[in-house]
Amino acid sequence: MKSNSWKPWALLAPSMTAVFLLLVIPVCFIVVYSFWLRAPSGADIPAFQMGNYAKFFEDFFYPQILLRTIRISFETVFLCILMGYIPAYFFYRSSSRHKQIFLLLIMLPFWVSFIIRTMSWINIMGDTGLINHFLLRIGLIQAPISMLYNEFTVLMGLLMYLLPFMILNIYVSLEGIDKSLLEAARSMGCTEWQAFREVTLPLSLPGLSAGSLLVFVLTAGTYLPPMILGGPGNDMIANLIFKRVIGTLDWPFGSAISVILLALLFIIVWTYNRYLGINQIFKSFQGN
Amino acid sequence: MRRSSIGWKLIRLHTILVYIFMFTPIVVVIVLAFNPKQFGIFPMEGFSFRWFVKLAQNDSIIDAFKNSLILGGLTAVLSTSIGIMAALAFIRFDFRGKNTINTLLLSPIMIPEVVLGVALLLFLRFLQQPKSFALLLIGHVVLTLPYVLLIVQARLVGIKKEYEEAAKSLGANGFQTFMEVTFPLLLPAILAGALFSFTISFDDITATLFWATAENQTVPVKIFSMLRNSISPEINALGTVMIVMTVATPLLAGYLSRKFTNLKA
Repeated sequence: MKSNSWKPWALLAPSMTAVFLLLVIPVCFIVVYSFWLRAPSGADIPAFQMGNYAKFFEDFFYPQILLRTIRISFETVFLCILMGYIPAYFFYRSSSRHKQIFLLLIMLPFWVSFIIRTMSWINIMGDTGLINHFLLRIGLIQAPISMLYNEFTVLMGLLMYLLPFMILNIYVSLEGIDKSLLEAARSMGCTEWQAFREVTLPLSLPGLSAGSLLVFVLTAGTYLPPMILGGPGNDMIANLIFKRVIGTLDWPFGSAISVILLALLFIIVWTYNRYLGINQIFKSFQGN
Repeated sequence: MRRSSIGWKLIRLHTILVYIFMFTPIVVVIVLAFNPKQFGIFPMEGFSFRWFVKLAQNDSIIDAFKNSLILGGLTAVLSTSIGIMAALAFIRFDFRGKNTINTLLLSPIMIPEVVLGVALLLFLRFLQQPKSFALLLIGHVVLTLPYVLLIVQARLVGIKKEYEEAAKSLGANGFQTFMEVTFPLLLPAILAGALFSFTISFDDITATLFWATAENQTVPVKIFSMLRNSISPEINALGTVMIVMTVATPLLAGYLSRKFTNLKA
């Protein structure tokens, strides 16, 4: 390999320019803006003060949304593991000829519009939706139950969006396990369950944790599911940012909330990287 | 594991339930799109195309479709081009700060779109520039670049450098080597990357809500504003069209590429 030549830099120039101009510099701007003041007239005044941050933590209203975001992110990770591990294990152990098709199918929702899939939960769980229609039809209920616009429906939307990421990460990790290890465990007298607990499960943990990080980060920054499927009390931090910036045009405060969200994610990712290493997380994207 | 064991049966059952969970929303959209009833609700009362016809007569939706297609196409071209270049730099060269730069280019996956949306708008505000189609386009390029990079890098690792060196020793220059050797070998990854970026761009909602102007609304933004009123059968029909498009495109591409390779062989 050549080193210190100008060529790699020439090849990197366009993408680095794009990322610098559209990501690095704008994110620096958020940080700077978060210290600015907002005049009563709505104009932004350059300043260096902590007022926007103080405002966030001044009463319980805003921290509550932050805490809710963290809680929902953990819940989503937990549910994704609960629902996702078994299908990943199924793909790994299945000897079916159709295994590739199963895998392709679990990827398929990636290709289907996110907003359409999210909105469709209204078709399913709304007052005139699939579930209520079915329950009324069989006579179990007399009037439609209202199921929408709460944390449960938000979680449904999040799960449907993030489950494939988790399944894929776990599957990639499982697929990397040397099958002779399992045979060895079995030949030494392990039961199926023991072999799973002692060999397969520990060796799949890198994928499991990478999937968890990805799901956490994507949930914490999510905007659409709480917006479409949540009620007024289910706003997450991204919804708050959107309301402050687009709704009330309070750029300095919106910037401060964005910085708080970035800081939360940075702490999570940094801690993860410190103890587990970040590279595993990108593997699942390369598999396909 | 024995196919007949209870454990395996439970595993299979769980997997089937997960599939049902993932696919019910998609199936319901498609089914309801053909329901002639006024409010897009159950029960089904026959079968009709009336909502598709209504959709085709809605000029603002047709415009949004055009915008989305142009935006997605341009995003795919730009993002794939600069992604290939960056991937070549990472896999074929050694230089200082390689890991840091790689992480930087992949970081848009991990940064919430809301933050990206606010940040870019803020920057534009500082420069006193209005929102524009160009902003939307380069924004989408940055959003999709990580995926192209990951896919192309993965493929490039698998292409032996010896091929390129052989071409060079036969007198080809760097560019010729790329066009004659690397590019054809890389083609599947390039197509996959382009498809990925097209779909992500076509589907993106959160960042696009920040960046789009009234003139360059995309289909998801249009759906979003339609949802403010209520869920109408037209949205289901629109959803069906989008599902068919985004699912059919990769399938068609796969079919065509197989056909092409067959012809060659």
